[in-house]
Amino acid sequence: MVCWLPAASYVIVRGYATLATQAHHSTTRRDFIFVATGAVGAVGAAAVVWPLINQLNPDASTLALASIEFDLAAIPEGQSVTITWRGLPVFVRHRTPAEIEEARSVPLSELKDPQTDEERTKEGHAQWLIMVANCTHLGCVPIGDSGDFDGWFCPCHGSHYDTAGRIRQGPAPTNLVVPPYQFISDTLVQIG
Amino acid sequence: MSEHSTYVPGNAAEKWLDERLPVARFAKEHLMDFPTPKNLNYWWTFGAILVMCLGVQIVTGIILAMHYTPNVNLAFDSVEHIRRDVNGGRIIQATHAVGASMFFAALYIHIFRNLFFGSYKAPREILYILGVIIFILTMAAAFMGYVLPWGQMSFWGATVITNIFSAIPVVGESLLQLLRGGFAVGNPTLNRFFSLHYLLPFVIAALVALHIWALHVPGNNNPIGVDVKSTRDTVPFHPYYTLKDLYAMVLFMIPFAWFIFFAPDILGHPDNYIQANSQVTPTHIVPEWYLLPFYTILRAVDFNILFINSQLGGVIAMGMSMVALLVVPWLDTARVRSGLFRPIFKWFYVLFLINFIGLTYLGAQPAEGIYVTLAKVCTAYYFIHFFVVLPVLSRIEKPLPLPTSISESVLGKAHA
Repeated sequence: MVCWLPAASYVIVRGYATLATQAHHSTTRRDFIFVATGAVGAVGAAAVVWPLINQLNPDASTLALASIEFDLAAIPEGQSVTITWRGLPVFVRHRTPAEIEEARSVPLSELKDPQTDEERTKEGHAQWLIMVANCTHLGCVPIGDSGDFDGWFCPCHGSHYDTAGRIRQGPAPTNLVVPPYQFISDTLVQIG
Repeated sequence: MSEHSTYVPGNAAEKWLDERLPVARFAKEHLMDFPTPKNLNYWWTFGAILVMCLGVQIVTGIILAMHYTPNVNLAFDSVEHIRRDVNGGRIIQATHAVGASMFFAALYIHIFRNLFFGSYKAPREILYILGVIIFILTMAAAFMGYVLPWGQMSFWGATVITNIFSAIPVVGESLLQLLRGGFAVGNPTLNRFFSLHYLLPFVIAALVALHIWALHVPGNNNPIGVDVKSTRDTVPFHPYYTLKDLYAMVLFMIPFAWFIFFAPDILGHPDNYIQANSQVTPTHIVPEWYLLPFYTILRAVDFNILFINSQLGGVIAMGMSMVALLVVPWLDTARVRSGLFRPIFKWFYVLFLINFIGLTYLGAQPAEGIYVTLAKVCTAYYFIHFFVVLPVLSRIEKPLPLPTSISESVLGKAHA
């Protein structure tokens, strides 16, 4: 495909050029038909190529795993678990008051990707921090309870995240991603 | 190149064939009679060694595919099955895995030979660019091959490298899902990588054919970089270089065989003997040694540059390190090809080589402390060499006097 599309357009253009030099008039009916045929051919080729590329996209069985429910009751304060959502690891952390306080005391001007702690948690559930566990740099799983900001540290390329999962130092461009989720009850969340 | 043709069909059958499909004539012209500079040294044998490496990878790879299973639940075990159960599988698998490293060792020597002797200069730019494209495709093939055993390094290597595409503005995230076939690296990713890993070597083989075609139009460069002036400067490819290349291949096979028989895993990483786990990243992710210089460049950019964030910046830097290689013929405009006759270039070349080895070393170190600073320095110097040193040297350097011909350099003035 990569090879024959330019080749085909080359043939069309050269064919057109040949016709144009043969005809004494500037534009003829034949020129129009030639170009129109080429254009229809190009659209047809693109239409055939698209399904061949689209098959690479996530399939129905992958998309079917888009939403999960998770019970938070078993996680004691100061601990976190890693669960799987859409094949991605997700951190669920039960934060201590000290961690929440630490996250809230950081001025926004010190942040590379400014976001308040409140924006990253649900109101009334500030102790629960739920984030996709892939470093926003290149996707490694950061290590918990480590790094220079008491949050997470990514061993791959040295990104440090704070207790709200915000990027503080290193190559990662943005904070750890908070997936769409909602509390169904005080201890049950639906992710996705 | 019919002007070199000395082919005379030996009998009626050969004559019959020659009039219909002159393959024998083609082979005689290009594999036997091809006029080759008589002063080529052993650095020039790596082209042939690379053809051998590609052949070894294709043959062993086709065999491995007969026993391997590209499924996330079975892939890891099927590789162990090859190593433990399949007749001779231990050696065949080791040859393929070690072969990748040997392939890159030869590739790097071939590229650095080219950079020293100025083989990229006119009229060999297309030949050179095809070579760089082959290098890039070989890295892609090696990367996808490394994913197939489905160990921890396979999985996390695949995660990190595919994530590079998410740095592309706007379409990055959709493109990433398109490449992986899911929200994370998984079974669809493994399957398509297997398919492409099988395909790419044949694409590379086709490009090698073009590479050799582009070589056979101007002919070989040579250590003194002076054009061939007469038939006295050349010898026929066969038997002079066929045998020299064969001898070099035998020498090359000695370390190759040592690795296969005595240390098949020494070039790999122990973490790849742990099956892939999407929940845990190994504490220290390193790619295979041959990707390390470019990996260092990727992660050296850990700061935002204006509106370009650090992730995209790293990806751009890595891309530019390839682009720099592609445009070398237009950065180094010095008329003299060979580094032997360029007194200043010679030293900058050595510095570039040391810097490149430094980049390789730093890629294997953790991203902390002094290593982070050194990685930035080495990355900066990589680009300075191409975009500052080469263009400036081309203008200010006074080359040494060149021999008038290849014969003169080989035999001395009296005999030339």
